[in-house]
Amino acid sequence: MTDLATLRTAWLDRVADAADPAALEEVRLAALGKKGEVALMMRELGRMTPEERQTRGAELNRLKDEIDAALRARRLALEDAALDARLKGEWLDVTLPARPRPRGTIHPVSQVTEEVTAIFADMGFSVAEGPQVESDWFNFDALNIPPEHPARQEHDTFFMARAEGDDRPPHVLRTHTSPVQIRAMQELGAPLRVICPGRVYRMDMDQTHTPMFHQVEGLAIGRDISMANLKWTLEEFCRAFFEVEEVELRFRASHFPFTEPSAEVDIRCDWSGGQLKIGVGESWLEILGSGMVHPKVLEAGGVDPSQWQGFAFGMGIDRIAMLKYGIPDLRAFFESDLRWLRHYGFAAGDVPSIEGGLSR
Amino acid sequence: MKLTLSWLRDHLDTTATVEEIAAALTDLGLEVESLSDPAARLASFTLARVTHAEQHPDADRLRVLRVETNDGEKQIVCGAPNARAGLVGVLAKPGDYVPGIDTTLGVGKIRGVESRGMMASERELELSDEHAGIIELPSGEVGQRFVDWLAENAPEKIDPVIEIKITPNRPDALGIRGIARDLAARGLGTLTPLEIEPVPGEGPAGIGVTIDPSLKDKGCPLFAGRVIRGVTNGPSPDWLQRRLTAIGLRPISALVDITNFFTYALNRPLHVFDMAKVQGDLVIRPARQGETLLALDGKTYTLRPEHMVIAADSGPESLAGIMGGEESGVTGETTDVFLESAYWDPITIAATGRALRIHSDARYRFERGVDPAFTLPGLELATRMILDLCGGTASEVVMDGAVPDTRRAYRLDPARFVNLVGMDIPPERQRETLEALGFTFEGDMASPPSWRPDVQGEADLIEEVARIASLTKLQGQPLSRPRPGVPQPVLTPQQQREGAARRMAAALGYNECVTYSFIDRESARRFGGGGDAVRLENPISSEMTHLRPDLLPGLLAAAARNQARGAADLALFELGPVFTGGEPGEQRVALSGLLVGGTAPRDPWGSRRQVDIYDAKADAEAILATLGAPAKVQIDRKLDGWWHPGRAGNIALGPNRLATFGELHPRVLREMEVKGPAVAFTIHLAAVPLPKTRSTTRPALNASALQAVERDFAFVVDERVEALSLVRAAEGADKQLIESVRVFDQFAGEKAAAQMGAGKKSLAITARLQPKDRTLTDAEIEAVSTKIVEKVTKATGGTLRQ
Repeated sequence: MTDLATLRTAWLDRVADAADPAALEEVRLAALGKKGEVALMMRELGRMTPEERQTRGAELNRLKDEIDAALRARRLALEDAALDARLKGEWLDVTLPARPRPRGTIHPVSQVTEEVTAIFADMGFSVAEGPQVESDWFNFDALNIPPEHPARQEHDTFFMARAEGDDRPPHVLRTHTSPVQIRAMQELGAPLRVICPGRVYRMDMDQTHTPMFHQVEGLAIGRDISMANLKWTLEEFCRAFFEVEEVELRFRASHFPFTEPSAEVDIRCDWSGGQLKIGVGESWLEILGSGMVHPKVLEAGGVDPSQWQGFAFGMGIDRIAMLKYGIPDLRAFFESDLRWLRHYGFAAGDVPSIEGGLSR
Repeated sequence: MKLTLSWLRDHLDTTATVEEIAAALTDLGLEVESLSDPAARLASFTLARVTHAEQHPDADRLRVLRVETNDGEKQIVCGAPNARAGLVGVLAKPGDYVPGIDTTLGVGKIRGVESRGMMASERELELSDEHAGIIELPSGEVGQRFVDWLAENAPEKIDPVIEIKITPNRPDALGIRGIARDLAARGLGTLTPLEIEPVPGEGPAGIGVTIDPSLKDKGCPLFAGRVIRGVTNGPSPDWLQRRLTAIGLRPISALVDITNFFTYALNRPLHVFDMAKVQGDLVIRPARQGETLLALDGKTYTLRPEHMVIAADSGPESLAGIMGGEESGVTGETTDVFLESAYWDPITIAATGRALRIHSDARYRFERGVDPAFTLPGLELATRMILDLCGGTASEVVMDGAVPDTRRAYRLDPARFVNLVGMDIPPERQRETLEALGFTFEGDMASPPSWRPDVQGEADLIEEVARIASLTKLQGQPLSRPRPGVPQPVLTPQQQREGAARRMAAALGYNECVTYSFIDRESARRFGGGGDAVRLENPISSEMTHLRPDLLPGLLAAAARNQARGAADLALFELGPVFTGGEPGEQRVALSGLLVGGTAPRDPWGSRRQVDIYDAKADAEAILATLGAPAKVQIDRKLDGWWHPGRAGNIALGPNRLATFGELHPRVLREMEVKGPAVAFTIHLAAVPLPKTRSTTRPALNASALQAVERDFAFVVDERVEALSLVRAAEGADKQLIESVRVFDQFAGEKAAAQMGAGKKSLAITARLQPKDRTLTDAEIEAVSTKIVEKVTKATGGTLRQ
């Protein structure tokens, strides 16, 4: 009878000494393989008495399990060591550039239009759109600017060519988005709350003017909507749009044919250090025109001025974009210089919202 | 409109400072564009006395002065010939800014002699053009501020000038008196009375005036005048010259200056004719076709019957209400004049002025509307001034027509004011405001004064009250939500998906551009536009003459500009209107994307390759998916001319074209100076159908537990067989079992032809079979495969590649 304790020590030593997976496999076969030492000793059990077999059998099984566990542990250790050795050789330059993903941008006009829309949508204004080639009736007459009115000359209007024999007054490129207000009233009636953003056209091109720019106008018609409501609405808009705690607006009497009373609206600001701060300071900046809708304009929209009243306002989208985001030159908006688009543009994921904030 | 403070004070008795007046004007709607206060410029200068004057040791024309100042005795080098001991003048010290030479003084050395300041001339202080010598004051104490001395002795020299932007509705404010009336109504003083004392005529005018009957109703309701004989038309007096100069007018002669004075002071344009040059009576009549007039601006105008003239026997003498004629204009030799005061119809004047492109103070005022009731009083006041300044005797007044009746009245409803404006102004205050502006009341009916043609309804009364009360005082009042609770979405489905498409384009790597809606005719023509219907009558430049028929010309021009700046790889897009015609509504929204150059910068992974049509197609498909377009579409080649005829396609639903993608026509690229390759897509947003019903519920997910099977096939087909026809044929083999068919390889070109025969290529597809209720047997798979091969072979004429 071989001393099992000696045997155990010998095998466990051989397992521990195996230097690589192949040597370990040899040890496994020699110990636990079909013709291995432990297996051969198991065969001898048949020649023993039942009592002996029971004791001896249990001992051998224990020995087998122990060697097996040692083999597994050793195999794992060898594999780990092999992996460690392999990883030592595996190295990539992680500072190399990644595979390129293109990055697009949203134009400031689109972004700011969405910002304005988000704010007014929260106050119940929907978005109305209309033709950019307009009849002179929608662009002027309906807005209480009759043909001989001096204001018509001040609009620097683009006219569409008329074919010979076509004696209608020439169509115009809309000089403001106000005709959309008329169309919205005609289509939707009162009560009504809409904003009208979009392209407008004036024959003017210099340092601060482009022959096309963007406006957003607003119109609210109700039973008792007042100029005080207008002021509050614009205060709320400016506070939200410029993302400041407080704004102060100043209404100044003015004249627009389509509103009465009319007011130019200035916002309190500070220009010190060449940077615009809204809501503080000693300067006033004219940002928009507004007023109570003229009864004749309501009539042109098919709304009864004895029953309904309301306010309207208009401002330049490009202009408020320039003010908010510190963009210096209006002309660059329409030049599509890639450097400008990337610098002043917005990421695809920067969707303005009331709950998430308008800008990052 | 410019005015000086002292001129304003002729009409307004006020103690308000010029700053207070300026602030009130802006608030009243008479926006102050500039305020120039000479006193502010002169604040630092003080009086000083020259005690000694000696010859400069080193310069013949310079003197070295010792000057007594409020800061002790100073040495000053001075070149003025009148610099001498005993002179009291105006001292500018080191540190003072001298406006006339735009310099801040320092301590200087002139030819070796130190000079601590200067004694100023009038020009150096911008008081006048006088520069012959330094200012010599007849009085004053050393150390006294020069502005204080001026205020006491020559206040007109520090008269502040205010420039106001007058809105088109306020012709009355084109006269200084109208501005004063607004300020008085605001409470900044009282309007001084305007005394009108008619000048009795001595004898008949000796000239008749007649308005042509065709003009009496509209063009010229009233024409009046009188002859003044024996005038002397020399220079006007200093005070008048100074006033006109201050507001930017050039003094010409007493008679002309007087008419300008009335134009600006009282908004009453007048005209004087030299009687010696007018033969016969004056007739106000339509011009005869082709008549000409040499006007006072030195230009000759050819007239038409819609223009109105004042004519004598020899023909037109004046373009009525716009500009006088050179021939009958007054000169230094003029002795007898006809002074005209008329009321001209604003619309006629505006139309004539616009047609002849004449800008004049008279046109500007008449087309906005002067006070018709002031025609005759204005004539009397002007007569008086001519007699005072030029002498002579005035004839009786001759006139034709009558003051047009502009009487009208509107109800003042004080409650309506409060309701509309949201300011609480008591009824009596509202009424007082209107009365202060010249309105008269009968009960609650307010009649506007004759000088306010703009007041045409109840709303105008409200505006006047609000304006005078000051809108600055308006307090905001919350606007209630249209309905309580969470706001409803407001965007239409079309607006919503336009926004989504824009964001998707940016996410795909495109930079959004906003380009002009008008482009040049050649570019428009290349893209199917450029016709007369979309032509602008008055384009601002030859590059912007036609409404764009497509977004690509703008993007290509942008690409060319960027390439010229060295940007080679571009991904640009625009979402905006394109125009199909020149009538309102002949426009639709498109989204175009343009890819130029490489897909990426060069990198170690070889990512860079030239863009091709499959890039454009991928992006078009991604955006179409965002818009909710169905996955199953047709692709056709009915291409517009600006696409490459063989390398572009339309994505369509039957006849409904959703998008086009592909290479741009090489000729278009060459003409637009874009260096290729350039691929693009255009999506017609409105063509993509909107969902018919809107439901948030999704159909149930039908995910089979059974393993799907994929089988690959390669076919040899003619090289112009389209892959989609192969895919569609294979899909049709078993619509239940075949979940999808995909092209996974193409072998084409010379090598393919060498292997498979000329004009042949190989396309490989994989079909995914998804069993529904039980695992497929080999036989079943085999049967489907056979069917696929049959279908494809039949549809394409191809053969299975062995």
